[in-house]
Amino acid sequence: MTAVMGTPMLRKEDGKLLTGEGKFVDDIHVPGELWMGMVRSPHAKATITSIDASGALAMPGVQAVHTGPDLADMGLWIAPLPCAWPVTPDMLNPPHFPVASGEVHHVGEIVAVVLADSRYGAADAIDEVVVHYDSLPAAASVAEARDGDVLAHSDLDTNKAYHWPLVPDPDALDAAFAGADVVVAADFVQQRLIPTAMEPRGVLAVPSPHGGDITLYSATQVPHILKVMAAATTGIPENQIRIIAPAVGGGFGAKLNINPDEILALTLANKLGRAVRWTESRSEAAGSTHQGRGQLQHIELAADSNGKLQGVRVHVDADMGAYMMLITPGVPLLGSFLYTGVYDVPAFGFTCDGYFTNMTPTDAYRGAGRPEASYAIERAMDLLALEVGVGPDEIRRRNYINGGEAFENHEAASTLVFDSGHYGPSLDRALEMADYEGLRAEQSRRREAGDKVQLGIGMCTYVEICGLAPSRALGGLGYGAGGWEHATVRMLPTGKVEVVSGSTPHGQGHETAWSQIIADKMGVSPHDVTVLHSDTAMSPLGLDTYGSRSLAVGGVAIAMAADKVVEKARLIAAHQFEAAPEDVQFENGSFSVAGSPSSSVHIQELGFAAFAAHDLPDGIEPNLQEQVSFDPPNFAFPFGTHVAVVEVDEDTGGVKLTGYFAVDDCGNQVNPLIVEGQVHGGIVQGAAQALFEEAAYDDEGNITNPSLMDYLVPSTMEMPSMKLDSTTTPSTTNPLGVKGVGEAGTIGSAAAVINAVCDALSPHGISDLEMPASPQRVWNAINRASGNGEGGAS
Amino acid sequence: MIPAPVEYTRAGSAEEAISLLTEHGDEAKLLAGGHSLLPMMKLRLATPAQLIDVGRLDELRYINADNGEVAIGALTRHTELEHSDVLADACPLLKHVASLVGDPSVRHRGTLGGTLAHADPASDLPAAVLALGGTLVAQGPNGRREIAATDFFASYFESVLAADELLVEVRVPSGGGGWNYQKFNRRAQDWAIVGVAVADGGKGIALVNMGATPLRATAVEAALAGGASAAEAAAVAAEGTSPVEDGNADATYRKHLARVLTERALNAAG
Repeated sequence: MTAVMGTPMLRKEDGKLLTGEGKFVDDIHVPGELWMGMVRSPHAKATITSIDASGALAMPGVQAVHTGPDLADMGLWIAPLPCAWPVTPDMLNPPHFPVASGEVHHVGEIVAVVLADSRYGAADAIDEVVVHYDSLPAAASVAEARDGDVLAHSDLDTNKAYHWPLVPDPDALDAAFAGADVVVAADFVQQRLIPTAMEPRGVLAVPSPHGGDITLYSATQVPHILKVMAAATTGIPENQIRIIAPAVGGGFGAKLNINPDEILALTLANKLGRAVRWTESRSEAAGSTHQGRGQLQHIELAADSNGKLQGVRVHVDADMGAYMMLITPGVPLLGSFLYTGVYDVPAFGFTCDGYFTNMTPTDAYRGAGRPEASYAIERAMDLLALEVGVGPDEIRRRNYINGGEAFENHEAASTLVFDSGHYGPSLDRALEMADYEGLRAEQSRRREAGDKVQLGIGMCTYVEICGLAPSRALGGLGYGAGGWEHATVRMLPTGKVEVVSGSTPHGQGHETAWSQIIADKMGVSPHDVTVLHSDTAMSPLGLDTYGSRSLAVGGVAIAMAADKVVEKARLIAAHQFEAAPEDVQFENGSFSVAGSPSSSVHIQELGFAAFAAHDLPDGIEPNLQEQVSFDPPNFAFPFGTHVAVVEVDEDTGGVKLTGYFAVDDCGNQVNPLIVEGQVHGGIVQGAAQALFEEAAYDDEGNITNPSLMDYLVPSTMEMPSMKLDSTTTPSTTNPLGVKGVGEAGTIGSAAAVINAVCDALSPHGISDLEMPASPQRVWNAINRASGNGEGGAS
Repeated sequence: MIPAPVEYTRAGSAEEAISLLTEHGDEAKLLAGGHSLLPMMKLRLATPAQLIDVGRLDELRYINADNGEVAIGALTRHTELEHSDVLADACPLLKHVASLVGDPSVRHRGTLGGTLAHADPASDLPAAVLALGGTLVAQGPNGRREIAATDFFASYFESVLAADELLVEVRVPSGGGGWNYQKFNRRAQDWAIVGVAVADGGKGIALVNMGATPLRATAVEAALAGGASAAEAAAVAAEGTSPVEDGNADATYRKHLARVLTERALNAAG
């Protein structure tokens, strides 16, 4: 059999997804189900003075309306919603219950829950619940929260939730800046983003009143984590909770949480003995699902006169939103180690202050801290290039780790050890694909001609941390769980293979990739492999899918379990051959005795022998089934170089992305087609932050663009055809040599695009633009730079 | 995204639709393609008690060129305008503008009459009909009346149609001089931040999203009639406008865009 790993196999799961056979939470119905309707606060901060549900309760089909105090009295939970990442021992973490009592802290916070026997009935009843509020001044931006004049929570005396430093050698850092020829300082804004998975979130809790257990269907990335946390929050015994994540339509981190609606559905269904469900509407999501980014960044680079970096110093003010969700406070920490980027930086310091605001909580969103870090260092490197007077490619070459040559186990000033890297070739190849010299010539031509449509070229060499794993490292950062992953591989009696995956797909293509790994390891057809996942009854052990960890942790666990199955099968084959196991070789799925290849047995033929167990070697248990919990020794560090080309219409301020070239290195690839898909989507999400998307809040803390009419998710029409290539630098932290690619595109693209826009505008003396670089913002910047009175604040 | 309770009736003829309108008065809304009304209902920004579906009145789906004008049935879909051979010869501006409305699914549902009656100042086709000097035909209990496009739009989402009137036909002149449409937006499927339609070599110019209704750029038309160059005429494009401010653009920027796009449209129209 030819190799299956590394081939662009079409995705096995697409048939059912494309034909509507995939069942999402909203497709699943049970008799007698009740719909929850959430009465949500229209105020960012207010005291609830009264709630009158009599009108709603009089409506046909309305079973109940519960307020926060009611639910507390009902004893539905034993703890607030969990935050699993208390980043410091003294971090503030005001209790966050599924339904507010007393004071609300963001628009969209639930103040009452309607239970009705139809979705329409629930929606109608929401309008009939009369809530009176005393509105209070809101901390409607992280800058306002930092100023501290307005408190996000009345019962706290500060908005600052924590201070987290990562300054391994303060003296070295001070010395680096004291001795620098050049210091570049910049401030960047990471605007809030709405994650916008294709499938909104939804839940359905189905109790088994006489069986004592309860099943929660949820559009979640993390069924295993949800199970543990649901038990800890509600007091329902963990062994009575089953979580099923059916077909899940994307997550991007937004389905990596323990949400009020999940806990409400679970506990109300458990209490009532009736199924309870809820599906988020698109506009509701702005207040019901966490948002991403939300940081004010300050970065300083110290360099010598040639632009060689001596030190990097960073401070981040991070917008937590109204509450700490599952990993809210840890998101900036995930980026903290990456502010030195792909560069050899002797001295480094990072500090972060987390602030509560009266806005929707923030939490992980594709890249989670790492796109922010990559943006800051890669934007700052362009500013350093301008300061030193060299090109953006040259400033990068001068600073790459190991001079751009291949390396392994680089100990960065941040204290992390980069597993492997080889940065020079990714830049070379990206510039070659883009025809960099030709683009620069065209740019000069347009500048000399005074063309109204100017060309800009931007680049970014990123590195990221993925394969979120080493449990010890996560523990060291205060994270509440481990980072291992579990897999079981079993050969069925008829020779088919079942894989039980602890990592949980929500669109990534795990069924295909895992089948390819099995095919490669066991010499079977990938079509003989079935992957079981996303149901805690079927796959009881796992830590789920986020942080580009599935392949580098879960995929490796599967490969290791497959190896163990092969080794057990070898013992059975040897017994059949009456040979010593060490004399039995395994090739393309077949065992044979070295030197006598004519007699052989295929591993799939041994499935029945192991099942029947009539003639197994002494001491060998029946069945071919093995399991592995893999906890890698280090993270994996994918990297790559992206080049963006933009046209800026100086009359309108309009920016058009006209070219995109990306060379990504995620180590060994299992399925290049899936890699390309991940990179494509990631690039668009990063370009979306650069040019289109922003969760816009007004001064009162209202989100002004919650619908997809106003929140500008770009489409294919706004994107150029992307040209991709890859290099391969195997990871040293796992036996497959794989890294991860789920977030890479997003981590590389925002900086590349904004660098391109700033490059186009550089003749005006414009060196920075806030994201998203909307036409109005660009036009204002041009006006300001040219001293024209027109154009207001950006 | 759940609309409030609403009664639904499908009209079998224009007369039945008018009779239902007469019966229900202000409580009723006509439903054609539904791509403006239904989202507003789902957000509960619109809560009509009665929907009267005219979407299947196929007798009001036609494009006929005759006697120097094109008559278009009010329920003609945008996609039918976009792909009309009749319009390619007789009124290419309308064909082109229709191709830029929303995305393909919107164009397959949306109707010319619906977008005119909805009177959204940010919509493309109302400005095109205005620039063309079109005539709208309304039918009520007492028969039909003609309304000049210049008189049709009253304010934001408000036309001069009476509560018991159905828009049945749109007429625009055939032929004419050079034309162009400039639509500036951030994503292809969005409404224009600003748009400019030029018809008949600059004799008719209309602005999108520059006030409470689609607006004729009368100052520009007058300047051109007086012999001004495209650049000179475009410089007065923002006169008499009162554009909205939103997340995409403030008023100053919209006025600037109106001038830039008007000059581009005039130059392209020739």
